[in-house]
Amino acid sequence: MAPLHKVIFLVLFAFLLVLPFMVYPVFAMKLMCFALFAAAFNLLLGFGGLLSFGHAAYFGGASYVAAHAAKVWGLTPELSVLVGTAAAAFLGLIIGSLAIKRQGIYFAMVTLAFAQMVYFIALQAEFTGGEDGIQSVPRGDLFGLISLHDNTALYFFVLAITFGGVLALYRITHSPFGQVIKAIRDNETRAVSLGYDVNRYKLMVFVLSATFAGLAGATKSQVFQLASLTDVHWSMSGEVVLMTLLGGMGTVFGPLAGAAVIVTMQNYLASFGAWVTIIQGVIFVLGVMLFREGIVGVLSRWLKRPL
Amino acid sequence: MFELLGIPPQVLMGQLLLGLINGSFYAVLSLGLAVIFGLLNIINFSHGALYMMGAFASWMLLNYIGIGYWPALILAPLIVGAFGVVLERLLLNKLYHLDHLYGLLLTFGLALILQGVFRNYYGISGMPYQIPESLSGGQNLGFMFLPNYRAWVIVASVVVCFGTWFVIEKTRLGAYLRAGTENPVLVGAFGINVPLMITLTYGFGVALAGFAGVLAAPIYSVNPNMGADLIIVVFAVVVIGGMGSILGAIITGFGLGIVEGLTRVFYPEGSAVVIFVIMAIVLLIKPEGLFGRAA
Repeated sequence: MAPLHKVIFLVLFAFLLVLPFMVYPVFAMKLMCFALFAAAFNLLLGFGGLLSFGHAAYFGGASYVAAHAAKVWGLTPELSVLVGTAAAAFLGLIIGSLAIKRQGIYFAMVTLAFAQMVYFIALQAEFTGGEDGIQSVPRGDLFGLISLHDNTALYFFVLAITFGGVLALYRITHSPFGQVIKAIRDNETRAVSLGYDVNRYKLMVFVLSATFAGLAGATKSQVFQLASLTDVHWSMSGEVVLMTLLGGMGTVFGPLAGAAVIVTMQNYLASFGAWVTIIQGVIFVLGVMLFREGIVGVLSRWLKRPL
Repeated sequence: MFELLGIPPQVLMGQLLLGLINGSFYAVLSLGLAVIFGLLNIINFSHGALYMMGAFASWMLLNYIGIGYWPALILAPLIVGAFGVVLERLLLNKLYHLDHLYGLLLTFGLALILQGVFRNYYGISGMPYQIPESLSGGQNLGFMFLPNYRAWVIVASVVVCFGTWFVIEKTRLGAYLRAGTENPVLVGAFGINVPLMITLTYGFGVALAGFAGVLAAPIYSVNPNMGADLIIVVFAVVVIGGMGSILGAIITGFGLGIVEGLTRVFYPEGSAVVIFVIMAIVLLIKPEGLFGRAA
């Protein structure tokens, strides 16, 4: 790990250790879940160059499965999260293997349409509770021992998952595998001619991205004790694109910053109703027109260092 | 009366009609997307929001200045089209040199803004729009009752779709358009104003969405979210049809509307997802779409 990145991660970790004592812990946990979601999405878009417009399917799908596992099967929190994540990985494998047959905007449309399929299933299937979602999911005991009913205990559980997830994503992007992914993004034809099985790599990065998005969603359902249609709706897919774009796609810390800005904004502007949507739309338009590097992208250019 | 697989013919025909009407909207909208995509290489995510704007434009024309359905059928698409021209001039034309994903993201942002603005002023509950008097009532066909307005929607959509197809595939103007998509530089060298052509094409494609909105206003309640979920189905239609052909967009649009209607008869739970299931199957067998050219 580059020394600068190591320092930033350490500062970030120290900050997250004290955060629950400064703000409402549930808000801080929501921030972390979305930061992991955006980082997972960035693996696909920023490093893989693949714009999925249906990542809500993995985020929300995992949240339903984890909520069901905790509530109906009575699994412990860590197992529920694990089951939800595995479901997202499986879903990512099925959808990804079909979606990678198309490129560019078709790819985006295909992922969007499949996500809509997942949405309709969440709306109509027996176990999902339709419009109500799965409510009052029990928080349970970690490893059957440590009670997570206390917000602070839960916070550190969520911190371990999300921070670990972000570090794992960092590890993936900075591995030889990550180099191949970036090579495919930059010049697919060249990667083919170098002998890489491009479709296999694309599918792998798709599944990895879906898995970590699922990890984020499953964790979120444990925090809010709720799995709801909001998490599988296509506007959630749009939101994660917005976070990544705003923070800076293809950067390490951009998605985390983008998620923090958007979640904070939604939190404090919630009383303005539809204005939140309008502001998000304006950020999209400005981001695309003037600010394509994103916050961290610009910082990184100023500092002349990859961030 | 005869029965087909235990389904009374009234039910079957009723759902077929409903499917054909939905199909009309799919066809007009995916046609607009195909026209825009052909020349601008942009997937217009705001298409659903512009369709919603068309419906609102006709509602406003009636309720604010008393202009009725028939003039609105011309005026509302013009308003939406003019709005599209402004969008293209101000924003979209700055993106053509970039990865086309940015066009998708920009139009997505525009859709959020448009929906948010209308939601702020009109809330999310729908507003009714009367069927014009000249088209109220219906015909008794013996086996079913056919409302005049619905028949009109189907006829109008078919006429507009094939009119557009004719202009693009069979006229000189269409030849310029098609040449412009193949090689804009060369066409420009022949003295044709390609940027103007692109702007007007976007305006036209968007006006088609506005036209669909006016047609939809008396059937569905006019509300800010009416385009949001429809557009995703239309995207699926586009993936199934393949973007290469104008005719593909039209035929797939009507066809999938009918398939959806039939599914509602035989397996109601599946009607919301049947189009996406078909999309998955088409992707497995023919990834470029039914009418698409191989990439």
